[in-house]
Amino acid sequence: MEVTTKSMPYDAWKDNEYIEGLVKQLQESGTNVIVGSLDKLINWGRSNSIWPLTFATSCCGIEFVSLGAARFDMARFGWEVARSSPRQADFMMVAGTIVNRMVPVFRRLYDQLAEPKYVIACGSCAISGGPFRKSYHVAKGIEDIVPVDVFVPGCPPRPEAMIYGIMQLSRKIKVERFFGGVNRQEKQAEFLAAHPVQGVED
Amino acid sequence: MANITEKINKLFPGIPVEGENIPVLTVAEEKWHETALRLRDSEDLKMDYLVTIVGMDWKESLGCIYYLMSSAFNQVIGVKVIARGDREKPLIQSVADVWKVATLYEREVYDFFGIIFLDNPDMRRLFLNIDWVGYPLRKDYDENPEINPVSIENERQSDFTDVYSEDAAGNLVKKEVRVFEKEDFVVNIGPQHPATHGVLRFRTAVDGETVKKIDVYMGYIHRGVEKLCENLTYPQTLHFMDRLDYFSAHNYHHALCILIEKAAGIEISRRAQVIRVMMDELSRIASHCLFIGTYCMDLGATTMLFYTLRVREQILDIMEKTCGARMTFNYDCIGGVMADLDKDFVADVKALLEVIPKNIKEYNEIFTGNVIARNRLEGVGVLSREDAIAYAITGPSGRASGWACDMRKLQPYSIYSELDFEEVIAHEGDSMARFKCRLEEIEQSARILEQLVDNIPEGEYCVKVPKVLKLPAGSWFQLTEGCRGAFGLYLESDGSTKPYRLKIAPPCLPAAAVVDHLTRGEKIADLITIGGSLDYIVPDIDR
Ligand code: SF4
Repeated sequence: MEVTTKSMPYDAWKDNEYIEGLVKQLQESGTNVIVGSLDKLINWGRSNSIWPLTFATSCCGIEFVSLGAARFDMARFGWEVARSSPRQADFMMVAGTIVNRMVPVFRRLYDQLAEPKYVIACGSCAISGGPFRKSYHVAKGIEDIVPVDVFVPGCPPRPEAMIYGIMQLSRKIKVERFFGGVNRQEKQAEFLAAHPVQGVED
Repeated sequence: MANITEKINKLFPGIPVEGENIPVLTVAEEKWHETALRLRDSEDLKMDYLVTIVGMDWKESLGCIYYLMSSAFNQVIGVKVIARGDREKPLIQSVADVWKVATLYEREVYDFFGIIFLDNPDMRRLFLNIDWVGYPLRKDYDENPEINPVSIENERQSDFTDVYSEDAAGNLVKKEVRVFEKEDFVVNIGPQHPATHGVLRFRTAVDGETVKKIDVYMGYIHRGVEKLCENLTYPQTLHFMDRLDYFSAHNYHHALCILIEKAAGIEISRRAQVIRVMMDELSRIASHCLFIGTYCMDLGATTMLFYTLRVREQILDIMEKTCGARMTFNYDCIGGVMADLDKDFVADVKALLEVIPKNIKEYNEIFTGNVIARNRLEGVGVLSREDAIAYAITGPSGRASGWACDMRKLQPYSIYSELDFEEVIAHEGDSMARFKCRLEEIEQSARILEQLVDNIPEGEYCVKVPKVLKLPAGSWFQLTEGCRGAFGLYLESDGSTKPYRLKIAPPCLPAAAVVDHLTRGEKIADLITIGGSLDYIVPDIDR
C-alpha cells in the first residue's frame, strides 16, 4: 500500500520505509473489512483537517506565522484553523526552545490536547536543545517530556520544511487504526505510564 | 567627555573616575543611595535614565555596575558598587525609589548573583523558580543537572514576596509581604495565550472588569545566554544575538560586532559599514511590519497580517539572497560581514523602496483611520514622558511619549551620524501614538536606504582579523538601537579568548515591567491593546 497525501508522488517522499513498516504492522495484526474501511474514512477526514495549537515560544514560532500568511498559505492543506486552546486542537507544533520553567506548562498543554493528539518537534531546540543545549535552564529535547511523531530539523526550519513535516504527519495518520489497537496510541499510553505527573499542589 | 569627568569631579570630589569612553565611578556601598539621588537630581548631570544594572562576580567580591544616562545631556556614565558582606549574603542598598525600573533590574541581579538589595519592595527570583539551587551567573555555580533537574511537576509558587531590610543593630531582617491583597480576585493570563506574544505570564488582580494589579512572571523562555557566552570564544558568542529578539537579528549582531571590534581595535571597511546599516534598516522595516500585522490581529483585524507580511516576505527574500537564511542570519562577523552582497541586492532594494509608500498608504486606509481602531487605541495606556524615562521605555514606545531616545542620534555608531533621517516623536503617549511611531519609522528607514542604495562603496567586505581573537583585559559598554529600543551590551575581558562577562541589556525587559503601571485602572480588554502596543519580544526579555 502506497501511502501518500496531497497528490505528492510516492517516490518524492523520504522515510518511506518507516511508513511501510507501520503499514506492515497494520496488515499483520489483521482487520475485518468493514472496520478497515471505516478506519480509512475516518483517517481520510482526520488527515485532511489537522488543526494546530498556536504554541510558539521563540524564533521558530515566527516562521510558523509566515506559514499561516498568504505566501506559504497552510490553508491549502486544511491546517489553517490554529486554535489557541489545546482542547480544540489536534496537534502541537513545538516551535521554539522549551526551558525548565516551561516544561510543566508544556506537559499540561499536551495533556489537555484532545485525542487523538500528535506532536511535531520543530527546530533544533525542540529536538535536542539546539544552540542552547549546554545551558543550565534548557530541556534537552522534548522527547523526554511527550511522545513525538515527527521531527523537523532546522534553525529555524523553512516554512517549506514545516509543510513537509505536517504532510508526513498526515501520512502517518492515514495508516492509523481507529478501532482496536492503534499503532501509536498504544505507544503513547506506554510513554505516559513511564512519565507520570504526580498530584499537583497549588 | 572631559567635560563630564570634570562635572563629576566637581560634584563628588575624591571619588575615583576611570574609563576612556564612558567614565566609571567607584562608589562605596554606604554612600550609594545618597550618590544615586544626587546623580539623578543634580542640575549638571540629571542622570534620570537607568540603562541597566550589570551584576558582576569578580571572584573575590560581588557587585554591580549601574549604567546611567542623562536624557537632557545624552551622557552615559557607569557607577561601580561593590557589595558588602560575604558571598553568603552580599548586600547593596536598593535604588528602586530613585529609578522605577530598578525594582525589576535588581530582581534580575538577585536571581543571577544572589545579591540582596535592601529595601527593594519585591525581592523574588525573576527567571528561575523559587526552589532553584544556586545563582547561575556566579563563577562558582555548579551546573550539574542533577541539582536542578528538568521536572514535569508544576513548580511551587508563593503568594508572598520578600523585603529585606536592616534594623538599627545592623541585622538583616526578612519580611514577607503579600503580592496581592488577601481578598483580591486573581486571574491568570498566559504563558500559553495568543495575546501575550509569546510565553509571558500575567497574574492579574481584577475588580470586575478593571485591572487592579499585574504581577508579571517571566522566565518561560530563559535560555541562559549570558552564561553560555562565558564558555565560548568571541566569534562563537555572536550567533546568540540573532536569537534574542529575532526581528532585530542584524541590529543585535551589529552591536556585538561593534563592541568586540572596539575592544580589539579593528577598523572595518566603509563598504562593510554601509552593508551593515542597510541590513539594520531593512530589519527595522520588516520588524515594524510584523508588529503592525500581529498587533492588528490581536485587535481583531486579521487581514492586516496578510498585507504586512507581504512586505516582510519581500525583505526576507532580499536577505535570503545575500545571507542565505530567512531568519537567524548570522551575517555580520568580526571585521565586516560574512559574504558579499548578492548581485541583485541593489535592484531588489529599489523595488522594495517603490512599494513601501504604497503599502503604508494602504495600511493607513485600512486600519489607522478606522473608527474601531481609533476607539480602541486613542487615549488607552497613556505613558507620560517622565514615566517613560523612569521605567526606561526606549525605542518607538518611548518616543511616542515624547522622549527623544533614538540611540542612532544620541550615541551615533557606525555611519549613522552622516545619514539624514528624522527621529519620529509623538507626544500623546497612548497606544495609537506608539502604533503610529512605528509606522512612520518605516518611512524613515526607507529614507536611509534610499540614501545608501546607490552609494555602496567598493572595497573589501571583511578585513583580516586574527584567527584566534584575544581581547585585552578591560571592560566596554555599547548602546545601539535595536528595532524595539536601546540595546546595551557590556563586555568584560580578562585577556583570554572568551568573555569574562557579557551582559545583555535588552529593550523589552522594562517594557514588560511597565505593563503593570499602564494597565492599572484600565479595563481588562485594554490589557491586550496596551501589551501589544509595547511590542515586546519574550525571548528578548528572558534571554
Ligand atoms: S531551533 Fe533555532 S530558530 Fe528555532 S527556536 Fe531554537 S534557536 Fe530559535
